[in-house]
Amino acid sequence: MSVQEMTYLFVGITFLLYITIAIKSRASSTSDFYIAGAHVPPLANGLATAADWMSAASFISMAGIISFMGRDGSVYLMGWTGGYVLLAMLIAPYLRDFGKFTVPDFIGERYYSQTARIVALLCAVFISFTYVAGQMRGVGVVFSRFLEVDINIGVLIGMTIVFFYAVLGGMKGITYTQVAQYCVLIFAFMVPAIFISLLMTGNVIPHIGFGAELNPEYGGGYLLDRLDGLNQELGFAAYTESIRSKLDVFFITAALMFGTAGLPHVIIRFFTVPSVRAARKSALYAIFFIAILYTTAPTISAFARANLINTVSNVEYSAMPEWFKTWEATNLISFEDKNNDGIIQYLADPQDNELTVDRDIIVLANPEIAQLPNWVVALVAAGGLAAALSTAAGLLLVISSAISHDLLKSNLMPNISEKKELLSARIAIFFAVCIAGYFGINPPGFVAEVVAFAFGLASSSFFPAIVLGIFYKRMNKEGAISGMLVGIIFTASYIIYYTFINPAADNADGWWLGISPEGVGTLGTLLNFVTAFVVCHFTAAPPQEVQAMVEDIRVPG
Amino acid sequence: MKHTEKDSPGYWQENIRLVKILLGIWFVVSFLLGIIFVDVLDNFRFAGFKLGFWISQQGAIFIYVFLIYFYLKAMDKLDDKYKLNDEE
Repeated sequence: MSVQEMTYLFVGITFLLYITIAIKSRASSTSDFYIAGAHVPPLANGLATAADWMSAASFISMAGIISFMGRDGSVYLMGWTGGYVLLAMLIAPYLRDFGKFTVPDFIGERYYSQTARIVALLCAVFISFTYVAGQMRGVGVVFSRFLEVDINIGVLIGMTIVFFYAVLGGMKGITYTQVAQYCVLIFAFMVPAIFISLLMTGNVIPHIGFGAELNPEYGGGYLLDRLDGLNQELGFAAYTESIRSKLDVFFITAALMFGTAGLPHVIIRFFTVPSVRAARKSALYAIFFIAILYTTAPTISAFARANLINTVSNVEYSAMPEWFKTWEATNLISFEDKNNDGIIQYLADPQDNELTVDRDIIVLANPEIAQLPNWVVALVAAGGLAAALSTAAGLLLVISSAISHDLLKSNLMPNISEKKELLSARIAIFFAVCIAGYFGINPPGFVAEVVAFAFGLASSSFFPAIVLGIFYKRMNKEGAISGMLVGIIFTASYIIYYTFINPAADNADGWWLGISPEGVGTLGTLLNFVTAFVVCHFTAAPPQEVQAMVEDIRVPG
Repeated sequence: MKHTEKDSPGYWQENIRLVKILLGIWFVVSFLLGIIFVDVLDNFRFAGFKLGFWISQQGAIFIYVFLIYFYLKAMDKLDDKYKLNDEE
């Protein structure tokens, strides 16, 4: 069977699986639709949370980014996992005890204010749309690269699948498809990693191969030492050395952590379990399943980079293996023979460098570069789709529940019947899928920048408001709302200034205090905390029943 | 029956103490060992790894899993001590 036939087979089987699950788990009430009736067992929720969290970016791009950034890629590894420690200890168990449907629900009730609910609702919708555009694009990219389908048709196919199980099953359908999607994506991620580790170092476990010596045909010596040497020979910084300032690395890591803990599509997963104990347990399962991928990603980065340099650097273009030509056709890799010697010079200096490599190639083409069997290549396509679809579905649910529950039921139409609310949730998700698909087909040129936006907003708005709502009984609506507004406005202005108004200053010398727009969410978060404290001390304490509610959610039961 | 902070005096304080310790470790591992003092740690090596590099790309994530595991065990024990169980 050819690679392409095999890819069709794998993708077809996984899609069939998702649809079967969708038909078996239809939602019959709003509670089913928003939080899967709070009947999800902890293990299933852990698997679903991991799939929900790990997006097209984690699966397709992250290992590649680290491969080209080396040591500095650690910000993503620590940032996107360390946030779970905050989530597990400061947020998840308490919001489970609160026991409603959405994050704006909590903000609105805890701060006894419809204004607070609306601010939270707008943030949730904005963050989720920002994120979902990237997922739909990811679906299109996988389809076009592996199946030679037009990218737009790829997006449409992806939309149809998500639409099917999200509209039918709501959170219930999404949860059980995410469980299946985690299994697909982790298998697809681990198999090539194990193969390449075995091939290059003889170790089955990539984590050990990462620190092991290379087989003689790959140059011998420790992998990381060899990589440092190769990088330096070509004029790049050593792989294990940092080139970013420590301050900026500190701020970016913290911003990604606070953002992770404040992302609504991850938080609502903890509403779906039956008890506080189950919420804690599913947080442990989730970090465990996430850690499997996140500790493997940097090993792939290192193996693939060493392998790539070995294969292409100073080798004749005519002698390139077949994968080089295949991926050249998709523009993920391109060669421009500047000195006409027919040999590929891959160098750090842009003047003499002749090879342009897209970072996504590290995961997508890794199996071919390492000459792994065809079925492994096909598996990666199915895994990439699983990662993108599972995250997209979780985000779409946040958007739908913000509209039907927080906007209609809690604000505009408090007397709406449950049947009508369920119908409006389904209609909302339909429109959300269409808008997401539109952005997938016509991506705004700044997708990568707006993702920094999503994290910045989640960290500077939700994280402080939720944590203070639980741990600081005296916090009142004036404090929380002004904190959120100051945090958001500061963070958004900083990012907008450096991305759209004055992009020329977007470098280490131009940044205020040397903090990049990616890391500014940390400052926004701190400002939110400070503002909230100050304002709250000059205004009235929250009403007695709100304080009683805080006392209630602090204790299980 | 709804339990609140007032029904179980001491529970919340013990909870806070536990979280402070665990988040202290979280901070030290991520920000001190993984970022601020990473170059000092890089002077130590095991297998093919520089220690600081390994912590920031692998070790910290393993520690996070352990921290959450420890939190789960300690909180379940604390709940039992105060006879709080919302699973029935």
